[in-house]
Amino acid sequence: MPKAHVYLRDNVNTDEIIPARHLNTDDEAELAKFCLEDLDPRFASKVAPGDIIVAGNDFGCGSSREHAVWSIRGAKVSAVIASSFARIFYRNSINCGFLVVECPGANEKIKDGDELEINARKGVITNKTRNETYNFVPLPDFALEIIDDGGLLNHIAKK
Amino acid sequence: MPMTMTEKILAAHSGQDTVIPGQLINASIDVVMCHDVTTPPATSMLQAKKMEKIFDPEKIVVTPDHFQPAKDIKSAELLKRLDGWAKKHKIKHYYPVGQAGVCHALLPEQGHIRPGETIVGGDSHTCTYGALGAFSTGIGSTDLAAAMSTGELWFRIPQTIQFQLNGKLSHGVYSKDVILTVIARIGTDGARYKAMEFVGNTLSELSMEARMTITNMAIEAGGKNGIMPVDDITREYLKGRLKDDSEYTAYESDADAVFESIEKFDCSKIEPMVALPNLPSNGKGITEIEREAMDQCYIGSCTNGRIEDLRIAAGILKGKKVAIRTIVVPATPGIWRQASDEKLFDIFYDAGCVISAPTCGACLGGFMGVLASGEKCIATTNRNFVGRMGHPESRVYLASPATAAASAIEGKLTDPRKYL
Repeated sequence: MPKAHVYLRDNVNTDEIIPARHLNTDDEAELAKFCLEDLDPRFASKVAPGDIIVAGNDFGCGSSREHAVWSIRGAKVSAVIASSFARIFYRNSINCGFLVVECPGANEKIKDGDELEINARKGVITNKTRNETYNFVPLPDFALEIIDDGGLLNHIAKK
Repeated sequence: MPMTMTEKILAAHSGQDTVIPGQLINASIDVVMCHDVTTPPATSMLQAKKMEKIFDPEKIVVTPDHFQPAKDIKSAELLKRLDGWAKKHKIKHYYPVGQAGVCHALLPEQGHIRPGETIVGGDSHTCTYGALGAFSTGIGSTDLAAAMSTGELWFRIPQTIQFQLNGKLSHGVYSKDVILTVIARIGTDGARYKAMEFVGNTLSELSMEARMTITNMAIEAGGKNGIMPVDDITREYLKGRLKDDSEYTAYESDADAVFESIEKFDCSKIEPMVALPNLPSNGKGITEIEREAMDQCYIGSCTNGRIEDLRIAAGILKGKKVAIRTIVVPATPGIWRQASDEKLFDIFYDAGCVISAPTCGACLGGFMGVLASGEKCIATTNRNFVGRMGHPESRVYLASPATAAASAIEGKLTDPRKYL
């Protein structure tokens, strides 16, 4: 069951998610080693496949580097839940077929290590540890279609 | 139906008479900007999907900038991939190392930005070009791949916040101080997903270069784009410069256009600003925070690495010595040449500065002035996030070229007005 890695802070930015000193590669496995390095240097060693990052407002603000999404995806994180997202990070995530969930205040209810399940279409996060559910506005259909197709380029190719 | 200028440009590029905020559209793209960090992944994606053919080799502008000239082996590989791809696809407007410069200074300078057009670029500060009355926004590599392949991208029509900037700037106060004041008021997500439209008589006294400093930092308030109406200063700047000199469309917001909100600023009251670590919204008046000791001064970047910025810095440094290491980075070869012709380099050299080739360099912690742990840098750049210019425990203070130069002389945060 995916576990939550909770960051109470707002403005977790792309420089912290993947510092520019690692932007000289676009290899996802390499980027994964440095995921969240300047926010939580232990993250890459403690994250398990399927885990979920939970954070405050304006997650992913700053640079347009899609490397931020790739490093998170490369670390086998299955989704990011945040109170709100910066625009380019949000768009990059959808374009990569990576699930982003906007759920205001979730980072104050979910505790580090809680087991979570996300139903993207219904707009429900289930906290199995605390037996709680949190509702969110699901992504619009066209964005879910892009995610289901495995990203924007597959979506375009399909059309 | 009344529309804002952002709405008008997006309507015209999606074959619609009118659009409303929230609406999803597919817009045709006039210019795609490509650099060395985000473009090679995009071209690899296109190759992997067998979608290599690009929509128009004349509408893509390519310049390496972030890590050029190559800072290490991995960067050299990125530059090699970019170079190979640009040549293979016969990109008409390719600026290889030697002609390459910081993209957001280079594209307007070389006449690639036209009012009323749509520009996307694989870099968040692509919002810079809105100073010329264009819709311009930063995208990631997948969007870049899609735009290069199809010449189109999907957009949600943003709400617009209008920023009314009025009043004459006082001596020693510059457009950088204005945008730091705006961001300090609304916060780093105050314009999240929104268009930021800048109007008012303060702009009438600002050069195109100074205006670009303002739109450049729209992203630091979360904005989708920054935009300004076209006026005589814009037209004068564009004259003889545009690669395509056919008539362009200068859009303006209708008098009864709907803005999500209007923010008014009396710019005559603004003082020199410094944004303290670790957010661009931590702007404080210099008089509140003066005297904090610095280790480095960095004058450059897409925000403030243009000739006017170098002239301002040189004006303050003339005949003085810097007390801390000071790195001057002209943003493009054209600016470098101009600064050389104007003997600004003599002033910088005599003051004890290092002069770099054009590059994004240390602004994003690449090279040419990366910080060690515990070091503090006053920089004319745009971001002061944790670790932005180097070690996660280094700290970045954002300011105008004047404030940066004055601080370099004293080795601490210094009010530039005493040197003017």
